[in-house]
Amino acid sequence: MTDVLIAMLITIVSAATPLLFAALGELVVEKSGVLNLGVEGMMVMGAIAGFAATTHSGSLALGVAGAAFIGALMASVFAFLVLVLMANQVASGLALTLFGIGLSALVGSSFVGTPLDGLDPVAIPGLSGLPVIGRLLFNHDVLVYLSLGMVLAVWWFLNRTRAGLILRAVGESHDSAHALGYPVVWIRFAAILFGGAMAGIAGAYLSMAYTPMWSENMSAGRGWIALALVVFATWRPLRVLVGAYLFGGVTIAQLHIQGAGIDVSSQLLSMLPYLATIVVLVIISRDGARVRLNAPASLGRIFHSSGSK
Amino acid sequence: MRILPELEPRTGDPGHWRFTTVLVALALTIIAGCIMFSLLGHAPLKALHVFFIKPVSSFNGLAELGVKATPLVLCAIGLALCFRANVWNIGAEGQLTLGALAASWFAITWYESESLMLLPVMIVAGVVGGMFWAGIPALLKTRFNANEILTSLMLVYVAQLLLAYLVHGPWKDPDGFSFPESRLFPDASAVPRILPGTRLHAGALFALASVAAAWLMLGKSLPGYRIRVTGSAPSAARYAGFSANAVVWLVLLISGGLAGLAGMLEVAGPIGQLVPTISPGYGFSAIIVAFLGRLHPVGILFAGLALALSFIGGELLQIEMGLPLAVTLVFQGMLLFFLLGSDVLLNYRLVWRKGATPAGSAHD
Repeated sequence: MTDVLIAMLITIVSAATPLLFAALGELVVEKSGVLNLGVEGMMVMGAIAGFAATTHSGSLALGVAGAAFIGALMASVFAFLVLVLMANQVASGLALTLFGIGLSALVGSSFVGTPLDGLDPVAIPGLSGLPVIGRLLFNHDVLVYLSLGMVLAVWWFLNRTRAGLILRAVGESHDSAHALGYPVVWIRFAAILFGGAMAGIAGAYLSMAYTPMWSENMSAGRGWIALALVVFATWRPLRVLVGAYLFGGVTIAQLHIQGAGIDVSSQLLSMLPYLATIVVLVIISRDGARVRLNAPASLGRIFHSSGSK
Repeated sequence: MRILPELEPRTGDPGHWRFTTVLVALALTIIAGCIMFSLLGHAPLKALHVFFIKPVSSFNGLAELGVKATPLVLCAIGLALCFRANVWNIGAEGQLTLGALAASWFAITWYESESLMLLPVMIVAGVVGGMFWAGIPALLKTRFNANEILTSLMLVYVAQLLLAYLVHGPWKDPDGFSFPESRLFPDASAVPRILPGTRLHAGALFALASVAAAWLMLGKSLPGYRIRVTGSAPSAARYAGFSANAVVWLVLLISGGLAGLAGMLEVAGPIGQLVPTISPGYGFSAIIVAFLGRLHPVGILFAGLALALSFIGGELLQIEMGLPLAVTLVFQGMLLFFLLGSDVLLNYRLVWRKGATPAGSAHD
C-alpha cells in the first residue's frame, strides 16, 4: 500500500514540476508589470528545442540549456513588441502562443515517434536510502531539485535583494521608477527573458522527463494553467509551489481514477485540471479587493518614457 | 549620436496609416515566409505560389475560400465586439465546438427526420449552445471577477474533450465499425449549397449578414456606442451610467452565439457529421482576423478571406510539397506579430531628431 502511495506522490511531483517552472517565470514577469500570455507558446517551443538538442547532441544538459535559450529567444520577440514597439500585451502574448504552437509543430514534424532516453532520477547519497522519505524526497531527476531551488531563489530575489525591490517598483509604478532613474524597459526586458527561459525549461521537462518524446502541441494548455497559478498564488513564489503541487495532484488523481477501474470515460476525467483551474480562479478572484491589492499595479500597462498615453 | 528615431504619441487621427500598416504587415509576412521556406529547403517562390496564388486560381478554389472564410468571419465579428469593449474572449474555439454539439444532438437524435424544421432548430441550437458556453466566462467575470482570458480558454479544452467523449462514446455511430464518428446527418439538416458544383453553402450569407449587422450596431446603435465607450474610456462609461457588467454579458453572448453558429454550420455543412476534430483552429485564427481587420466589420470580411487563403494554402503545401500543416499557424502567428508591431505607427509618430537627447527623457 505505501509503495503505491509513494509511487503516486512521486508522479504528482513530476506533473507539478513543469507548472512550477513556468509559473515562477511568469510571476517574475508579472511582478515587473508585464503580462505575457505567450507561456504556452514558449513552453511548447522549449519542449521541441530540448528534445531536438538532446537528440542531436546526446547531452541532456545541452537539451535543457537549448530549451531555456529558445524559450528566452521567443520571449525576446514578445519583449521587443511590447517594450520597444509598445504593442498591446494581451494580443502580443496570444500571437506568441499561436506562433510557438505552429513553429514547434513545423520544426518537430521529423521528431515525431523518435525515442529518447529521458532524465533519470538522481539519488541523493545518504538520504535516498531513508525509508519512505528517501524515495519520496531524495530520488528525483535533477530538474525537480532545480525547480524547488528556483522557488527559493525567486523568493529571495524578490524579497531580499535590492534588484528584486527595483523590479517590484517597476511593476508597481513604471512612471515613478522611471522618474527615480531606473531603466524601466531594460528591467522588464530582463524579466521577460527570464520568464521565457523558465517556460522553455518547463517545456523541456515535458519532452525529456515527464513523457520522453515529442508530439505536436504536447504542452496541452499547461502554459495557461501556469498563468492561472500566478493569480492563484496572488503573486507569491511559495504559494506558486503549493498551487503547482495541488494541480499536479489533480492531474494524477485523474490517472489513478482510471487505473482503479472506476467506469468514467478518460475524456471526461481529462477535463479535471481545466475545470479545477476555473474553480480555483473563481475562488481566488471572488474577493476583488484582495486581487487588486496583490497584483502589480502597472500590470499590462504600456510604458512610454515621455509620459503615459 | 542617435541612430534610432524617437516615438512621439500621436494626438490626431492616424489617417492612412490604419490601412498602410496592414499592407506593411502583409508584406513583411511574405518576406519572412520566403526566408522560412528557404530554411526548410524549399524554393520560396514556388512555395509562395502554391500558398497564395494557386488556391484562388480556380472557380472551385474561390468557392473554398468562402467556405473557410465563413466560420472565421462569424467568430471574428463577435471577437471584435468583445475586444472593442476590452473583454478578452479567446475561447471562440470552444464556443464554436459547443454550438456544433448542441446542433448535432438534434441531427443525431432525429437521424431519419425529413422535417423542414430540423435545420432551423439546429441553427437556433447552435447559437444557443455557443451563447451558453460564452455565458460561463461572462457569469464568472461579472459575478466573481474571474479573468475571462483564462476561463474562456480553459473552456476550449473542456469543450474539445466533451466532443471527444461524445464521438467515442454515446454518440458513436452504431453502424460505424467503431470509428470515433457520429452517424451521418440526415439530408434535412444539410445547410443548402448556394453555388452548384462547389461546397459554398448558405452559411456564407450568415457571415455577410453578421458583418452588416455588426457595422450597423457599432456605428448606429446605443448598445454599439456603449461597447465602444466602455472599451476606449471606461471611466467616461461609468460616469455616463453604462453598466460595465451589462456590456460584458452583451459582447460575450453575441460573440458566443456567432461562434456557435459557425460551429453548427461546419458540422451541418461541409462535414455532415460529428468527427473528433471539427475545426482546424478557426476560433483561434479568428483572433488574428479580428486584429487584421482592425476590429472593423468590413475590415474583418477582407481579413477573413486572407486567413481563409492561409488555411487552403497550407493544405495545398502539404499535398504538393509535403510540408506540415503547421505552416499555416506559423504564417498566421507571424502576420499577427508584424501587425501588432507595425501598430506602433498608428499610435506614435516617428520623429528624427538630431543632436543631443532632449531634456526630460534621460532613458531611452
